[in-house]
Amino acid sequence: MSRKLLDLWVGIFVALGLAGMLFLALKVGNLSAGNFADTYQVTAKFANIGGLKVRAPVKSAGVVVGRVVDIHFDAKDYEAVVTFSINESYRFPKDTFALILTAGLLGEQYVGLDPGGDEKMLQSGDVIAQTQSAVVLESLISQFMFNKASEAPSE
Amino acid sequence: MSNPRQNSRGALLSAITKLGHRVNDALQRLGFAARFFVMLLLHSGQSFRRLHLTIRELYFSGFQSLLIIMVSGLFIGMVLGMQGYETLQRYGSAEALGVLVALSLVRELGPVVAALLFASRAGSSITAEIGLMKATEQLTAMDMMAVNPIARVVAPRFWGGVISMPLLAALFSAAGVFGGYLIGVVFIGVDEGAFWSQMQASVDFRYDVWSGIIKSFVFGVAVSLIAVFEGYDAVPTAEGVSSSIKSTVVQSALAILALDFVLTSFMFREA
Repeated sequence: MSRKLLDLWVGIFVALGLAGMLFLALKVGNLSAGNFADTYQVTAKFANIGGLKVRAPVKSAGVVVGRVVDIHFDAKDYEAVVTFSINESYRFPKDTFALILTAGLLGEQYVGLDPGGDEKMLQSGDVIAQTQSAVVLESLISQFMFNKASEAPSE
Repeated sequence: MSNPRQNSRGALLSAITKLGHRVNDALQRLGFAARFFVMLLLHSGQSFRRLHLTIRELYFSGFQSLLIIMVSGLFIGMVLGMQGYETLQRYGSAEALGVLVALSLVRELGPVVAALLFASRAGSSITAEIGLMKATEQLTAMDMMAVNPIARVVAPRFWGGVISMPLLAALFSAAGVFGGYLIGVVFIGVDEGAFWSQMQASVDFRYDVWSGIIKSFVFGVAVSLIAVFEGYDAVPTAEGVSSSIKSTVVQSALAILALDFVLTSFMFREA
């Protein structure tokens, strides 16, 4: 086989292979979803994070605006410190409220951001002061049971 | 008088001697393989300076494996689509089919099955070629003409395999995802938007796709090294070459599966 023809076939092979990788990156993966966009990092402290995981989405009004990048335990205050990176193009007021929510009844947990009305915006490295912990199903059930038990004698 | 006892002692001694020889041989071979790998890397420069040598090998081991890789990928994706739908629809989450197909292909099946196919399709033919060159004393002839057979014959085949493997694995996964799409969306009727959007939401480029590419690169190095080494080390007879080809396929398969276990436990530990 002549060298030119050989080069052509190998060129086709390499181009196909790279196209396959590109397909995996863009169509199958999430590279197109602004994964490498500029971000700024904000932390928040929660009394209980439930089943929140690193890489969980951060949503505001249901739209993904960032991801959880780090979770660790603060041994001084006995609280969970959650760091998340938010897309640079989305700015939130300083008094934004951070909640841990669940997608669906048994779905994965994510961080929800409820923007407040402050004039000043959150900067990189800021701490969100107002947070609401994850709802733990067991404590919810026990609360319900206590309520029922206290209602019963009055009837 | 103590003849039976002497006999049994003799048998024991010879068994231990045999075992020692085996261990000795295996260690010697391992040492030679390591030395061979270093020589191969040292003499790799030429396979990139004279690129047409490597391109020729890319054609034989890469391009010619394209058909079997793509067809196998397509069928594995279609089977995953059918089986996955069967299970997922019981829990009312048939839309997660895209996630199931894409994650299992990109993380595991793509690199592993593509490498297994590559070992039996291209690795065995590399071993046969080099082994036969050795049996017909072509390698010795090259040496006498002051052409280094490792630089001229072995290194281009090695690099051809290493470069082909990630490309083939990516194509395998891509064909598989397309097969899953074909069965799931076109034939069964899972919602197309949910299929792709759930897939994109849960397949992470750096975490899933990139580690699949790294895996297939490592498998490429392992399979190509085993293939060229078995050929170079073959006993130069018809029987010796055939047993080298056999052990290329067997050892590649074992190496791929063992490496996959190790790599997976490193990459996806805290998921």
